[in-house]
Amino acid sequence: MSKLMTRRTLITTALGVAAGASGIAVAARLANRYGLIPPDNGGVFGIGESLTYAAQRMLMSHHSLAREFSRSEISKVAPVNGDPPETEAYQRLLHTAFADWRLTVDGLVARPSSFTLEELKRLPSRTQITLHACEMGWSFIAEWTGVPLNYLLRSVGILPQARYVVLFPLDPWWESIDMADALHPQTLLAYAMNGEELPAPHGAPLRLRLPRQIGYKNVKYLSHIKVVDTVKNIGKGVGGANVEDGYSWYAGI
Amino acid sequence: MAESAQVRAVEVPNAKTSDSLRHSAIVRGTHWITTISFLVLLLSGIAILLAHPRLYWGDVGGVGAPSLIDLPLPFVLHVPIRGPGRYLHFLSAWILVITGLVYAVSGILTHHFRKSLLPDKSQLGWDSIRQVASDHLHLKRPPKEEAFRYNLLQRVTYLAVIFGLVPLMIWTGLAMSPGFTSVFPAVVSTLGGHQAARTIHFFVAVSLVVFLMVHISMVCLAGFRRCVIAMITGRTASGTDYP
Repeated sequence: MSKLMTRRTLITTALGVAAGASGIAVAARLANRYGLIPPDNGGVFGIGESLTYAAQRMLMSHHSLAREFSRSEISKVAPVNGDPPETEAYQRLLHTAFADWRLTVDGLVARPSSFTLEELKRLPSRTQITLHACEMGWSFIAEWTGVPLNYLLRSVGILPQARYVVLFPLDPWWESIDMADALHPQTLLAYAMNGEELPAPHGAPLRLRLPRQIGYKNVKYLSHIKVVDTVKNIGKGVGGANVEDGYSWYAGI
Repeated sequence: MAESAQVRAVEVPNAKTSDSLRHSAIVRGTHWITTISFLVLLLSGIAILLAHPRLYWGDVGGVGAPSLIDLPLPFVLHVPIRGPGRYLHFLSAWILVITGLVYAVSGILTHHFRKSLLPDKSQLGWDSIRQVASDHLHLKRPPKEEAFRYNLLQRVTYLAVIFGLVPLMIWTGLAMSPGFTSVFPAVVSTLGGHQAARTIHFFVAVSLVVFLMVHISMVCLAGFRRCVIAMITGRTASGTDYP
C-alpha cells in the first residue's frame, strides 16, 4: 500500500512538474510571439526584466502618451551626464555647424537613405514639453522639437520583418528600441531644445527623445539608424551599450 | 514579572497546548520570502540612491536646482553595482508584490486579517490600551498569552505596514516609472510629481527600516529563539521560554 502511495505521489508530482514546465514554455512562446520578451532576458535578472517589459507592453497596448507640460514648467537647470565626444571628427563637425554630418537610415527598409540636418529640419516636425528623468535620480522638463521617428521610418518604408530600431551615435552609447516605441507619436529625432539649436552637451546635432523611458535610452549625437529583426548579432547581443554595462534594456522602469 | 505573566495567563481563554500551530504555513512562507526580498530591495535601493543622494519636491531636480534635503551621503558613481542594483531592485519588487498578493488573498480567505490582525473587542477597552502601552514603554517582557495572539500595538502596527507603508512603497515606485505613468498619469500627479514620488519613496523606506528595527527588538524582548522557531516551524513551545 505504501509503495502504491509512493508511486501515486511520484506520478502526481511528475505530472504537476511537467504541466508547470509546459505551461511556462507555452507562456514564453506566446510572449515571444507578441513581442513581450526583451533582448536581455537571460539569467536570473532576465525574469524580472521580462515580467516588467511584458506587463508594461500589455498595459500600454493603446499607445499611452507620456505626460506633457506647459511652457512655464520648463526647467531653468538641465543637467547632463558626460561630455560631448572629444574625437577630432566630432569636434570638426561641431565647428562646421554639422554641414558634413549625415543621418544614415538602413537595414530592413525599402529605401536606405541619408539625410543632412537641413533636410531633416524641412520634414514635418513635432514640438513637445516632456520630462527627462535620469536613472541616477535627477530630472528636468524641456521643450523638444524634431522629426517623429515614425514619420522618418515610414518615409523610407519599413519591411515587415522589422522588430527593433538600433540607434548608433558618434559616441559609444548605442541603444535599441522596439517597434512600439519607434512608431510612438512622441518618439522624436530632436534637433532643437527650448526653441534653440540642440546644445552639444545635450546631443547635437540630433538626439532621440523617448519620453516613456528613462534618460539613457535617449541616445545623443545620432548618426546612424538601422532597422533589424534581431539585436543578437550586434555587440554582445543584448541590445545596447548600457545593457552591456549592466543596465536594463527596457527602461520604462 | 513571572507573577504578572501568570496572573494574566489566567485570562487567556482556554490556553492552547504547547503543540498548537502559532503561524500558518502561508504566513510563515510569505514572511520569510518578504524578509529576503525586502532586504534585497533595501540594499539595491541604497545603491540606486547613492548615485544622487539629494531629494527634491515637484517634478524636477538635479545638481544646480534647489533641493529639499541633501542627505549626508557621498555621491557614488561608476559603481558596478548600480546597474545590477536596479535589476535586483525590480526582480525583488516582483517577488515581493507576488508574495504580497498571495498573502493578501489567503489572508482574506482564511480570515487571518479579521481574526489575527484586526484589533479584538477585548483589546479596545481603555484599560487594556493603557496596559499594553505601559508594558511597551517599560519594555516589559510580554505576558504568556502573547505567545498565542498579537497584542493591540502589534495588530495596529502590522496593519499599518501591510495596508499602508507597503502599498505606498509600490505606489511611489510605480509613480517614478515613465512607462507606467504614461498609462496612469494620476499615479504621479496626485503625489506632486516625479521627484515628490522619489522623496516619499525614500521616507517610506526609512519608516520600514524603523519598523524592522523595532520588530526585531520586540522579538528579542519576547524571546528571540522561541519567536523565530515559531515563525519557521509554526509551533511555539510555551513552557520553555517562560520561567
